[in-house]
Amino acid sequence: MKKMCDNEMTLEFLSKSCNESFARITVAAFAAALDPTIEELADIKTAVSEVVTNSIIHAYDSSDEIIKIHCKIIDNEIIIEISDTGKGIEDIEQARKPLYTSKAELERSGMGFTIIESFMDDVKIESIVDIGTKVTMKKIIKKDDFSENEDTYNFLNKGE
Amino acid sequence: MNIKYKDEDKLLILEITEEIDHHTTEKIRRLADYEIQRRSPKRVIFDFNSVVFMDSAGIGMVIGRYKTASMIGAKMEMINVRESIRKIFEMTGVLKIIPVVKEEILVEENV
Repeated sequence: MKKMCDNEMTLEFLSKSCNESFARITVAAFAAALDPTIEELADIKTAVSEVVTNSIIHAYDSSDEIIKIHCKIIDNEIIIEISDTGKGIEDIEQARKPLYTSKAELERSGMGFTIIESFMDDVKIESIVDIGTKVTMKKIIKKDDFSENEDTYNFLNKGE
Repeated sequence: MNIKYKDEDKLLILEITEEIDHHTTEKIRRLADYEIQRRSPKRVIFDFNSVVFMDSAGIGMVIGRYKTASMIGAKMEMINVRESIRKIFEMTGVLKIIPVVKEEILVEENV
């Protein structure tokens, strides 16, 4: 059975570079329900920005294609699925390698996937050439366990 | 982008005023290269004070400008880099070639 706080949303937008900020801000707003720290929120925004940029730069040649984001909140986790129906990735292992880029002329650093992997708790890349790519990422939002948080505990027990 | 230049020190300060991603880097790149080539500074400083977000597009952008600056013999530094952005630079070793310096050593007012 689904819990009250579990949630889901889907977002579709054109593969225009101005939508990179729209996508990360929207996902961050959705994730805010989990009460993440500023750092966790920054990690989510960066990861979303990286994946959406990849779809815009690598998957499509034009800016009128569709990128889809599906987000789920389950307990204290957010699962973000970003998919395109573009060219697909021929060699996922190579694409994941730090500093590998097929677009050096665009001053791309090749650090996108490395950043995603270090900022998120789980990353899965599925891709079929000429069909599209789907990146599924998970971020666990650490909740302060009340009994372990000594300062709050002491503060609330003062004056008893 | 706000541009400050101090002639006697040949110091060019480029204050980035927007979020840095693939969409915004094109404009930043064009403006920064133009200013670096036009002024021929000895020292170029990127001020990140107003930058609240940056993804990996920023890495390529600063390295590209480092190359432009190196070509004319200028050194490059960064100031006011917040933690979330420093984290991204640290992952790639960018800080070894473009160090983050303290703000105090800079000119006190706009030029």
